[in-house]
Amino acid sequence: MSRKKLTRRQFVAATAMSSAALITAPYVRGAYAAGKLSIGFWDHWVPGANDASTAMVKAWGEKEKVEVSIDYITSNNNKIQLTVAAEAQAKSGHDILQMPTWWPHAYAESLEPVNDVMEPLVKQNGEVNGTVKYLGQAGGKWLAVPAIPGSQIKGPCSRIDLMKKHAGIDVQELYPVGAPAKADNWTLDTFLKAAEACHKGGVPFGIGLGETTDSVDTAGAIFQSFGAELVNAKGDVTVKTDAVRQALEYYKKLIAFLPPDAPSWDDASNNKWLISGRGAMILNPPSAWAVARRDAPQIAEQCWTHGMPSGPKGRFAPYLPYFWGLWSFSKNKEAAKSLLTYLSQPSSIEKFVAASGGYDLPAYANMTTLKTWAEEGPPKGTLYHYPNPNNHQTLSIAASPAPPKIAQQIYFQATLTKMALRYAQGEKMEATLAWAEGECEGFMRS
Amino acid sequence: MADVVVEQGQAVRAARARKQASLRNVLGRKSTVAFFLTLPLILLIALLVLYPAVYSVHLATLNKSMQKFVGFGNFLFLFKRDTFWMVVKQSCIFAVTAVFFKALIGFIVAHFVHNIPAKGQRKWRGMLLVPWVIPPAMSTLAWLWLFDPSYSAFNYTLSFFGIGPINWLGDNVWARFSVILVNIWYGAPFFMIMYLAALKSVPDQLYEAAAIDGANWWQKIWYVTLPMMRNIIAITALFSLIVTFANFDIVRILTSGGPLDQTHIFATWAFKVGIEGSDIPLGASVSLFMVPILAIAAIFILRDVSKRGNEA
Repeated sequence: MSRKKLTRRQFVAATAMSSAALITAPYVRGAYAAGKLSIGFWDHWVPGANDASTAMVKAWGEKEKVEVSIDYITSNNNKIQLTVAAEAQAKSGHDILQMPTWWPHAYAESLEPVNDVMEPLVKQNGEVNGTVKYLGQAGGKWLAVPAIPGSQIKGPCSRIDLMKKHAGIDVQELYPVGAPAKADNWTLDTFLKAAEACHKGGVPFGIGLGETTDSVDTAGAIFQSFGAELVNAKGDVTVKTDAVRQALEYYKKLIAFLPPDAPSWDDASNNKWLISGRGAMILNPPSAWAVARRDAPQIAEQCWTHGMPSGPKGRFAPYLPYFWGLWSFSKNKEAAKSLLTYLSQPSSIEKFVAASGGYDLPAYANMTTLKTWAEEGPPKGTLYHYPNPNNHQTLSIAASPAPPKIAQQIYFQATLTKMALRYAQGEKMEATLAWAEGECEGFMRS
Repeated sequence: MADVVVEQGQAVRAARARKQASLRNVLGRKSTVAFFLTLPLILLIALLVLYPAVYSVHLATLNKSMQKFVGFGNFLFLFKRDTFWMVVKQSCIFAVTAVFFKALIGFIVAHFVHNIPAKGQRKWRGMLLVPWVIPPAMSTLAWLWLFDPSYSAFNYTLSFFGIGPINWLGDNVWARFSVILVNIWYGAPFFMIMYLAALKSVPDQLYEAAAIDGANWWQKIWYVTLPMMRNIIAITALFSLIVTFANFDIVRILTSGGPLDQTHIFATWAFKVGIEGSDIPLGASVSLFMVPILAIAAIFILRDVSKRGNEA
């Protein structure tokens, strides 16, 4: 068998031809030519909602040739906050990580600005509300993109029958389906009278006075309705004001009509209160109603989600947006921005809202009248006013307008509910205010 | 010349042989073997314990945004906060009360179990250990349902006797009682099993001698049992004190520190400040506050234990 020897000249020629072929050949795009993207989404409690997110992300990945991997991280026991803190410390982890309310500001230094994503989205989907700007922007820069899953308003969810029977209020008439709210008389005074009537009727309003978010959010909205701020937007402590005193006086009256164990309530207590049929109203997104639809349908049929009562300084509803943050250490920022844009398109928003049964709220003005909210039931239209379709209330977060890093401390230390509880338990007004002032001064550290 | 070369070659070989022999000796030493056998564990501890400990000390010296070194600034800030001193007081009440009752209950139950005939003792030991072997996060959830603000099983039962309803987790005093109770329930079996082991090692002759001398049951406990168990009592109490001071899950699940911060202990408040409040350096400072105090306590207790060991 003869063996042909490769000469040096032949080798050089072959190498040159191969190189030329490789360089001049048409670019062949592989399955994942645009790289990898790792995403940490909030683990939705609505069955099937995660599947909808996965399907959307996968469809985008296939179209854009990006290999995507998704982790669903629960918010139970602050797992998602712990993940945010750990990834920010390690400067490694997911490319996109969903983070609640205060976290974009808390980790602003580690987040990639997303103005180039947000500006076109706002033009397309409408303006975002003030709370989204307050939590999502710093120094004119967008720190993160408002996420649809998980974003919620914690307004009243009333029992139609019990409110009629004990308080003489027809909540469906106040908040009719397909029409603007007729809630001019739905004020904090009316709310207090209704709380008293329902308390007398043995079905008290289920409002917590604990240290978890539901309790704090309600207190925040009521304080804001009186114009009460513990720290103003400039960062000055403004505890000892008439507005704060008025809010505390109001809360003291309200606490007398709440369940006696409300100081130990957590975020599940109010849900249980409504589902068990023991109360005429709670302040929560429609999660309690959704669970009642499964476990106690006769109660779900009587639930109506609607707006907050108005106070001397306006009508404020507790609003908690989630955000999609893009880490500055992400290795595929362009792909991440493309995905965030895709997930914020009207068609995607509609899918998120439908998959969550109306629980998830988009932040954009043009996206508050989707058919899901009008059609969900029973009773049909129970969620129509949930997304604030007529903008008749200001969506706000407790402790705002204090600078977010200070407000976060006020929020998580539950300073508002603690003040209300201290005063209601017999502490002197000035002592409560002095305590709160001391706390707020401690929150100023940088 | 040739002789020199030969001699040099022999010297090199001899030196090499000596070197090999000394290496063999070093490797053959029991202490070296023991060191290499424990090396994986030492590395694991360095990685999982030492590194996080040093890192948390580093964190405690940074400012809130973790960009500036502030030395003891975080501790000085904490010392000016009323809430911090309230947490210190509550942690001490929580740990000392819980350890005292765990030790007392453990001691009493250990005696009961010790007096059960050997045949049936094993199943009692197994049953009594159940609270300690269930992950506390799980068992505390069951306690939460028992104490539930609105649907408490305890209140339901008490209502048959015309008592209550008791606001287990919403009233300051009851909330403190509840978290301490659950901690005792969880930790007492550990004391029981340690004391039982200690009881079994007390020679029967000592009790017989005490009986001949006319000692009653209390004198037997005071003059025989307790002195013989002193070391184990000291070590168990110290170990439990450290673990109880660092407790997190029971308080977190039952009360989250409420109502009005009245049940916060170091770990839960550190979590509140560090993770929920995004002030990780301050959270690290809160959790490190007890380290020097516990370290000094540990040195004294362990020194006494080793002194008594030497005396024996």
